[in-house]
Amino acid sequence: MSYLTDRKRAQGLGAGGGGTHHHWQMMASSLALVILVPLFVLVFGAGLGGTYEEVLAYYSRPFPAIVTGLSLVVGIIHLMREAHAAIEDYTHGTVQKLSLIATTAFSYTLIATALFALVKLAL
Amino acid sequence: MVELALPKNSRVTTGKTWPKPAGATNLRKFQIYRWNPDDGKNPSVDTYFVDMDNCGPMILDALIKIKNEIDPTLTFRRSCREGICGSCAMNIDGINTLACIYGIDEVKGAVKIYPLPHMPVVKDLIPDLTHFYAQHASIMPWLETKTNRPAKEWKQSIEDRKKLDGLYECVMCASCSTSCPSYWWNGDKYLGPAALLHAYRWIIDSRDEATGERLDDLEDPFKLYRCHTIMNCAKTCPKGLNPAKAISEIKKMMVERAV
Repeated sequence: MSYLTDRKRAQGLGAGGGGTHHHWQMMASSLALVILVPLFVLVFGAGLGGTYEEVLAYYSRPFPAIVTGLSLVVGIIHLMREAHAAIEDYTHGTVQKLSLIATTAFSYTLIATALFALVKLAL
Repeated sequence: MVELALPKNSRVTTGKTWPKPAGATNLRKFQIYRWNPDDGKNPSVDTYFVDMDNCGPMILDALIKIKNEIDPTLTFRRSCREGICGSCAMNIDGINTLACIYGIDEVKGAVKIYPLPHMPVVKDLIPDLTHFYAQHASIMPWLETKTNRPAKEWKQSIEDRKKLDGLYECVMCASCSTSCPSYWWNGDKYLGPAALLHAYRWIIDSRDEATGERLDDLEDPFKLYRCHTIMNCAKTCPKGLNPAKAISEIKKMMVERAV
């Protein structure tokens, strides 16, 4: 049996001192994606259907390579942060912590793989 | 944490159907959630028939009529009967609202009445709002000042006073907080729309001198940032307020001082 007062239960451990940074980063990446996603669709569409050599030549140009790289990095980081928010909403305790670690590891692996593939095409 | 099904002892069963009043021709069907902590049974939904020729126009009128004339054990909170006290908040026809200002004619078919969602139930239509009130107290809903008290009063311009419109009217009925999925899943830590609307009411008050401390207390991934702008709070508020806007204003102030 616990004799915690209602007020102490509501106060909990106090404010964690974080949250605004995550909120601001989500706003910034959302705005960036508003520009990047249409650009990526156009760039990707323009390079679609070519031969292997044509695609290599296309992605060795700076504009398609940079737009693709930025879209992948910003998009995956944005998805990772959104997934973190969903995990914090719906899970608690050890499951929550393991899920946060797993999504972070998966996201950064995805970014590394995507950039490796892009660099291989571009260089 | 998210709960997709009710615990076994909370599953709602079909309850008693009370007899129709003799000689009445204009009847309205009411299906009302019942739960008594003393009988050890699961909650049930009882059916009542109310003679609308002898009943006031509001849901609360019908509830009082049922309690007075059909079933005196029906339990619910009520006080002012004009939307000021916030006591009679309940879920009517799927909407969290105040029974005293919600017309019976606004509901089509049987009138279904449940307690506010996802809160512990004390009895029948009475939710346990202990934690909700404690969260409200935790945001320090009073004027905090550091300057010596003036001889007469703390002055406020007409423009600054106008900033409190749409905030001070909140009657703490809990309709908004109990309509918010984020509050359902994380109500232990997330303050919810009502407490945050009150927090903003004091943050924006030109006379209050604890703005920084108040923002510090809200700088938390759960207390404030569980709000995902779902907007159920603004949709359901029986007083027509917009807690989601107040929360977004707090977020804007947080960004303003950090970036």
